[in-house]
Amino acid sequence: MKSMISVSALSKEFVLHTQGGARIPVFDRLDLEVAAGECVCLHGPSGAGKSTLLRSLYANYKPSSGHVRVVHGKDVVELGSAEPWQVIEVRRRSVGYVSQFLRVIPRVPALEVVAEPARLAGVPDAEAERRARTLLDRLNIPQRLWGLAPATFSGGEQQRVNVARGFALDYPILLLDEPTASLDAANRQVVVALINEAKARGAAIVGIFHDAEVREAVADRLFEVTAYRRDAA
Amino acid sequence: MSALMLSETVTPKRQPLMRATGVSKSYGETIGCLDVSFTLNPGEVIGIVGESGSGKSTLLNVLSAQLSPDIGTVEYDLRHKGMSDIFRLSEPDRRRLMRTDWGIVHQNPRDGLRMDVSAGGNVGERLMAIGARHYGEIRAEGLDWLAKVELNASRVDDKPRTFSGGMQQRLQIARNLVTRPRLIFMDEPTGGLDVSVQARLLDLLRGLVRELGIAAIVVTHDLAVVRLLADRLMVMRHGRVVEEGLTDQVLDDPHHPYTQLLVSSVLQV
Repeated sequence: MKSMISVSALSKEFVLHTQGGARIPVFDRLDLEVAAGECVCLHGPSGAGKSTLLRSLYANYKPSSGHVRVVHGKDVVELGSAEPWQVIEVRRRSVGYVSQFLRVIPRVPALEVVAEPARLAGVPDAEAERRARTLLDRLNIPQRLWGLAPATFSGGEQQRVNVARGFALDYPILLLDEPTASLDAANRQVVVALINEAKARGAAIVGIFHDAEVREAVADRLFEVTAYRRDAA
Repeated sequence: MSALMLSETVTPKRQPLMRATGVSKSYGETIGCLDVSFTLNPGEVIGIVGESGSGKSTLLNVLSAQLSPDIGTVEYDLRHKGMSDIFRLSEPDRRRLMRTDWGIVHQNPRDGLRMDVSAGGNVGERLMAIGARHYGEIRAEGLDWLAKVELNASRVDDKPRTFSGGMQQRLQIARNLVTRPRLIFMDEPTGGLDVSVQARLLDLLRGLVRELGIAAIVVTHDLAVVRLLADRLMVMRHGRVVEEGLTDQVLDDPHHPYTQLLVSSVLQV
């Protein structure tokens, strides 16, 4: 299968200047390849660096050294050395990210929050909105909420809006940070179905799934982040 | 494969809109800004953050040709001439550029509005300055812009001094955007406004900037403002840019000690 994400010798260490220059090494010389149609589950205890790795794949965190390469259309973009506008383009079309929490934009209604990524990628308004409606409906967000800003929604509702936003465009690469964390069983199953549909259309997926049932339903393999601790053998 | 999957992505060549090179400006012994260089692409929004006295307003004033730099150049992609040093333009050419291709949103709306001219006049005046003459069309466009910035059409003949601070700021934005500039400069656009009014203004700005594809340089001390508006961020301290990059990267993974202090000092609500 075609490799969509290629991580090579990636190291990340945080230096906390406000706390006496404390150094927090997270992982060291980490390698990871993710193919189209594959779902890799980042695994390990809390604090192992799973979220740090996921954020590095989105260029939200900057590598201390090493490379993160992602397929972007016909190109391959190395995120660490790319210009900001290139990273923005990669995020607009190629790499989707579902964070743990929805970053609420004041006043923007849920339907618009979900439709926005598709519109920004050039999908016509009507099609982007149709897609957003389908997703909100599948994720059991009551229609009366669609026109409201998600600021006042419950945690689970906000998370489902967030998931819908992440699936609003058929990104070739999807990064999922605990997409089912605050969801009930029925909605977890919807997310599992969405992930498996994305795999079926060839998306490369990297995710953090604490729920064992979800993990078993979607993950093709586990990736142990702790294997790349500097103190690891 | 669904119709939404975009299988081909052409990497576009980017022709910069503005390029600053080694810009420095001091006031006697006091440093304004020091050796600042960056490139702004069309449609890109850059945020400049830093505490008061960091030089961010000085930099904005130089970039917007309101202040000459001591050394360094600021080039802009003029419509018919390409990249040109804005401080080498003739005075009339520079004025035309500032009036037509640029917009400047001041922190205090009083600096950017004519307080003794009606709201409609404030917007229409800009159109007339670039050659519009048809009264009906100017008025229609003025009303259209009042609606875009969520000002009630019934206030079109009222003078801005009868408006609240938030309304004045929205009117100033309409006055600046009506000529469809390619670049707007904003100095603390939400400064001095109530928090509830700030959110509305930010959301409005965010929508307009994206919809119109306007590039913007936004100076603020409010990290929430840049998080919402800016693609890229420059952090200034003592006149220098100490860190820059993608907005979320700089805010979520700050490297410079000063940026770390700035980010960690924000109270979480």
